Amino acid sequence: MTRLSSLTRRRLLMTIPLIGATGVGFAFWKMLADMRVGTFNPHNINTPVLNRSVPDFTLPGFAPHKGFSADDLRQLNTPVLVTFFASWCIPCLEEMPLLMTLKKFLPLWGIAYKDKPYNIKEFLHSAGNPFARLAQDQQGRVGIDWGISGVPESFLIGAGGIIRWHEANPLTEDV
Amino acid sequence: MKRFFSLKIIFIIALLTLTPFSLFAVDDPEEMLPNPKEEARAEAIGAQLRCLVCQNESIEDSSAGLARDLRKIVREHVARGETNQQIIEWMVRRYGAFIRLQPTFSLSTFLLWSMPFLAPLIGCCAAYFFYRTRKNLPPPAPLTQDEKDHLNTLIKDTES
Amino acid sequence: MFSPELGHYALALACVIAAVQGVFPFIGLYFRNLSLINLAPRLAYGQCIALTVSFICLIYAAVTNDFSVRNIAMNSAVSKPLLYKITGVWGNHEGSILLWAFILSLCGAVVSIFGRHSLPTLLKARVVAVLGLIATGFELFCLTTSNPFTRLFPAPWDGQGMNPLLQDPGLAFHPPILYTGYVGFAVPFAFAIAALLEGRVDTAWGRWVRPWAITAWCFLTCGIAAGSWWSYYVLGWGGYWFWDPVENASLIPWLTGTALVHSAVVVEKRNTLKIWTILLAIATFSFSLSGTFLVRSGILNSVHAFANDPARGIFILGLLGAVIGSSLLLFACRAPLLTDNTFFAPLSRETLLIFNNIILCSLCAVVLTGTLYPPFMALLTGHVISVGKPFFDATTIPLALPLFMTMGVAPMLPWKRAQLWTLLNKLWFSIGLTSIAAFIIIRRLYGVLPFLCAIAALWVIITSVSDLAQRIALFRVAFRISLTRARALPRAIIGSAIAHVGVGIAVLGLSAMSQAQHLIVEMPIGSTKHFAGYDWTLTDVEEKPGPNYTALIATLDVRSHGKQIALLHPARRHFNLQNQTITHVSIAPRLLADFYSVLGEQHDVTHNTIYVLRLHYNPLASWIWLGAIVMTFGGALAFSDRRTHTRAIYHQNISPPMIEAL
Repeated sequence: MTRLSSLTRRRLLMTIPLIGATGVGFAFWKMLADMRVGTFNPHNINTPVLNRSVPDFTLPGFAPHKGFSADDLRQLNTPVLVTFFASWCIPCLEEMPLLMTLKKFLPLWGIAYKDKPYNIKEFLHSAGNPFARLAQDQQGRVGIDWGISGVPESFLIGAGGIIRWHEANPLTEDV
Repeated sequence: MKRFFSLKIIFIIALLTLTPFSLFAVDDPEEMLPNPKEEARAEAIGAQLRCLVCQNESIEDSSAGLARDLRKIVREHVARGETNQQIIEWMVRRYGAFIRLQPTFSLSTFLLWSMPFLAPLIGCCAAYFFYRTRKNLPPPAPLTQDEKDHLNTLIKDTES
Repeated sequence: MFSPELGHYALALACVIAAVQGVFPFIGLYFRNLSLINLAPRLAYGQCIALTVSFICLIYAAVTNDFSVRNIAMNSAVSKPLLYKITGVWGNHEGSILLWAFILSLCGAVVSIFGRHSLPTLLKARVVAVLGLIATGFELFCLTTSNPFTRLFPAPWDGQGMNPLLQDPGLAFHPPILYTGYVGFAVPFAFAIAALLEGRVDTAWGRWVRPWAITAWCFLTCGIAAGSWWSYYVLGWGGYWFWDPVENASLIPWLTGTALVHSAVVVEKRNTLKIWTILLAIATFSFSLSGTFLVRSGILNSVHAFANDPARGIFILGLLGAVIGSSLLLFACRAPLLTDNTFFAPLSRETLLIFNNIILCSLCAVVLTGTLYPPFMALLTGHVISVGKPFFDATTIPLALPLFMTMGVAPMLPWKRAQLWTLLNKLWFSIGLTSIAAFIIIRRLYGVLPFLCAIAALWVIITSVSDLAQRIALFRVAFRISLTRARALPRAIIGSAIAHVGVGIAVLGLSAMSQAQHLIVEMPIGSTKHFAGYDWTLTDVEEKPGPNYTALIATLDVRSHGKQIALLHPARRHFNLQNQTITHVSIAPRLLADFYSVLGEQHDVTHNTIYVLRLHYNPLASWIWLGAIVMTFGGALAFSDRRTHTRAIYHQNISPPMIEAL
């Protein structure tokens, strides 16, 4: 190993801050750029439920709809979209038109999260009802088992009740 | 952005503590466990869990609806006699590692956890090398007669 | 007269002046043209005047409810009280950037005024030019992506109002103080750049930098304390520090700034640690910049996003890259050439100051890694984690303890070489007193860490005071002689001792606050709860209108053995415009504890209304902020030391040969 001269060593040492700052700056640039196109969100909660079977639950229906349970989902052979929503949430209202078109392609099962029956009725009356089955989670406990942090949240359930896909924001055209 | 029980609030002041607002910090007293020991344990667990819809608060500090629900769940589990570990893991199963305010030690968090040791260590090494190079330097040349004379006059000046 | 257009024009003018201020002195230095060099201070005054006009225009628009200005329409309303109309100007993104630029221009002007005689012309020209270059960037940012003077057509009848939580006197003055702290570190930064360009750092440089670093440090300390006080009494659950990214962003430059204040002393007295001090000056300002601006980019917090416009984020990053990158590049090129060969012994004041720097920078490294870890981890691995209060509490407090141990001791040591025996001789009294104190409080504090912190804090206070006492030979000579000696003592020494005592007081407050108690109760009017050794009686609840809200005010009577200790009025305010209710905490600060109460919801039960109340008993809470005030006072005293303002350090008369020598 050749012994570096004292000055060269000092020079190398004093480029460290520059190199460090450049690295951090580049990382920030990457984050900002990815945030702009939407591929990076540092606050997205990656729920660990993905690719797992749906958690155990049984929920009462919202008349005239039948409620459903985890077993109902596990016995399915076709994919279903389970959506948590509430009448008090504005983004839920905003995604309703999309759900109305989506119901032509796959069955939608809704779970009204911490909502009063009267309000659900009003909500569905004004925004339309895209749900094939509709259950009520008045306590919000089932929502917690699914790991939701807000409404609306949607889960795509594959055959056998496996959660295939999850979106924690209102659904938009591109997703 | 969706929010839980509140309007979307954008905090506008720059570097104030942008801690999320707590409009209803007072909650239901019935939430608290009757046994003060259990309540203290529940609070300790709650302080380790992040309120998912807030900025950087624990569920104990937050007034968001979800935090309230999680708080209740923690207390139910405490009353059932589960250990702190079990309760936190119950939460992690549902919400992922994000819910822990104190990340676990693993390969990916190695740098984070080693920083309190690594940083002073690097500092001390740097200081040692700084000191060693100085020690090997020749001592400054002794004062010349002129300088000594000048120094003496200066000393006399200050004394008088 | 003060139309928004005039403000806009003044801002653009300031930007041009700043650009000239940043470029011309360098051209003058290059072509050895003295008139261009001498232009620098005048341009700094001009820029400051232009921005003052611009700022007044924005305030004028806010006060006169000019809702045709977009920024005012978004953040103000007719019904808002006058104070908040004025302070609301800097309560939003655009206005705060303007404030930032205004303070920066003020810094340039103040450097020019204070350095009128004492600063060498060439150094002054370089410093002012560097400040001008930074200002150009921020004024461009203000003009292009966050213009506060944009008009709105058609103008609405009334504005959208301000977030009720921000309508608070504490918040009104918090941002300007904090910003002055951040921006103030631009001056040491500019001095560091100028020194690198000049290729010379000496004791005189240390002497010029230190007062600026101390001033900025004082403001930053005050600003952080004010922010923490705000969260303590507005957010309403008794917390005062949450290790939030935004808080950390202000703590990081504070830590490096504190290190800078100390290492500048070493440069000044011993002409060593030069490169390190330069690096600290660069780092402190870089952290100030990144702190203020990265929190606006949405990377560190999404819920309270500032600049939702991604263009802003990229612009900010480019600006940061230009400022930080170029200064570090300059550092890498020029710093290796700076040398010194001053020797000191392992036990000396230098060693302890280096130790102080190591600990402060380690703390900074821990806070920085903790803050940046989640986004970096998300970027690199896709996993999302949180790093919060439990982590920071567990890592920073033990790391800070050795620092407290040496804080009071270092001033007792002589420079260059110290004798252990002499030191111990000076310390035995403090050791004894601290041991007695430890024995007394060990039964009053629960937990090892709070106990150690409290002991460390007492140790800091006792050693700092005893150092001063020894310097004036208190009780060893006649009191009159001690007094004369005290008067002759340099203010920098008294100031640093006071600042250290302030740290001790704040840490005592922090450790006592770990013992805080709280209780949530349901109380009908007239009922009494016994809590924390006091009787809390809810005597009355009444409704009262406010300027732009209606309030429900409760009256709580706190008594100890029948004797009234405090009268609390916690309230809930309903703001009609925003349809939002906020709790208004009531605190009775006492020397030994704060009585703190929050009024919650009310329930109607058969014949009675019961109110939910949250009661807090916070021991020594006010000491945290008292400590910050004492620290600031100590800093101000050190700043006022006449030695830092003596002009004739070396006269550098500009003569043709001097310019040749460049």
